[in-house]
Amino acid sequence: MTALSLKDLDISYGDTQITHKVSLDIAEGESFALVGESGSGKSTVLKAIAGLASQWTGEILVLGKPRSHGVDRDFSRVCQMVFQDPYGSLHPRKTVDATLGEALTIHGIGDRSTRVEEVMASVGLDRKFRFRFPHQLSGGQRQRVAIARALMLKPKILLLDEPTSALDVSVQAEILNLLKRLRREQNLTFLLVTHNLPVVSFLCDRLAVMRQGRIIEVASVDELKHGDLREPYSRELMQISAAHAT
Amino acid sequence: MATLRDWLIDDSPASPMQARLGRLYRILGALMHNPLAVVGAIIIVALILAALFAPWLATHDPLRQALAERLLPPSAAHWMGTDELGRDIWSRVVYGARITLVIVALVAVLAAPAGLIIGVVSGYCGGWVDRVLMGITDIFLSLPKLILALAFVAALGPGIENAIIAIAITSWPGYARVARAETLTFKNSEFIAAVRLLGASSLRVNLGHVLPLCTSSMIIRVTLDMAGIILTAAGLGFIGLGAQPPLPEWGAMISRGRSFILDQWWVATMPGFAIILVSLGFCFLGDGLRDVLDPKSGEQR
Repeated sequence: MTALSLKDLDISYGDTQITHKVSLDIAEGESFALVGESGSGKSTVLKAIAGLASQWTGEILVLGKPRSHGVDRDFSRVCQMVFQDPYGSLHPRKTVDATLGEALTIHGIGDRSTRVEEVMASVGLDRKFRFRFPHQLSGGQRQRVAIARALMLKPKILLLDEPTSALDVSVQAEILNLLKRLRREQNLTFLLVTHNLPVVSFLCDRLAVMRQGRIIEVASVDELKHGDLREPYSRELMQISAAHAT
Repeated sequence: MATLRDWLIDDSPASPMQARLGRLYRILGALMHNPLAVVGAIIIVALILAALFAPWLATHDPLRQALAERLLPPSAAHWMGTDELGRDIWSRVVYGARITLVIVALVAVLAAPAGLIIGVVSGYCGGWVDRVLMGITDIFLSLPKLILALAFVAALGPGIENAIIAIAITSWPGYARVARAETLTFKNSEFIAAVRLLGASSLRVNLGHVLPLCTSSMIIRVTLDMAGIILTAAGLGFIGLGAQPPLPEWGAMISRGRSFILDQWWVATMPGFAIILVSLGFCFLGDGLRDVLDPKSGEQR
């Protein structure tokens, strides 16, 4: 079954059209990456799926059901998002407990204490962090809290907007391992936006290359690893990425 | 004492209460390192104590007239001298603290929440709601505060309650502006987007997440404005539109002393000192709070 299906998605901000006829199918349990340079519209696709960019035409199907343009409560139980910057995505005046518990309050779910501790344990956060404020946490710990918040409602699909690019290299590896483990344990579907190709080959099954608001190529990770990408632009991206890594 | 401190600065609080108290303790600690803020806080605490314990601090009945003792200079019996009706000025200044405190507190309670809510609604909704609300705010802002307050008091009739209402009506627009600006900066931040993605309603986003972020700049702004509020209240009292005689309001007292300012300087000067001192206290405290509470610099410590 397809977890996410986009058909001819045109997203605009005001009068500027950002994406052109984006179509994708992502299977349940799959980990899919959208790659491309800055401004290619990959984050915008993610925002439209999440409901944060409401100006689009086309079709977005989530687990077979069409998605409305805004944010709604039923959708939030199915699909959640992790943002790029762990420093900007946590409320500065709320403790970890309040940030995580908010989801339960909104959806009227009881058993708060147990569920918060459960999720914290699953993302590898010690109990002692539960009542700390974000400024008392490191970048990696903050991103763990942000991931934990996205998992509070036990969603099926996780949208990841460059989840490691704001972190130190050593912390990046920790977060990537965590994401890989969580996907295995909870059978999550990932849609990851990144410009970091090593991250793609570590975490994903398939990838789509975006350029100027269009998907120019969909390939499997094996093709990426063997350098078998068809489009010249995709190969160029690979070379730049490889040059960067060494 | 040491254990209490350890509990407060514990890195891993065990309850939300401990986390909040710990934060409060850190803010207070930072405030204590600012000498001017401490001076301001002492002055404000002294004002509150004077208002609370006025009957015990006053040496005389502030309203009792003794024509035989009129216009006496400061002495052991009358620490600040007496006015033209023989009333003890020290006692009147002490009782005046009550009136000042009531004015300041009521204006803060009326104007700050009103401005906060209007500003947050305006900033979050945007569009025509924003234009209408900010249009009204701009109209109020474009009129001089004291003149507007004068007009309101003239319409409502002189008296301390009407003075409070008039000052509150003239001071909310500033708060609305601050709250709107703060809301605009937080509205598009990722942590607000994250809460919306969890399915939170606009009401919950605003009340639970945007509003708490605006409160610290609001507290700073209100504290700094207190001096202005006191001066406006005293100004209204001075021209006879604020507190009515025989209430010992500081502005009205200065106004009475104006006739004797050259020969009996203490009649106008003593309540003047009180106004300056309390205004300075609020300014110092406000500056200190700004250093501590400013979300851009304070929270990092």
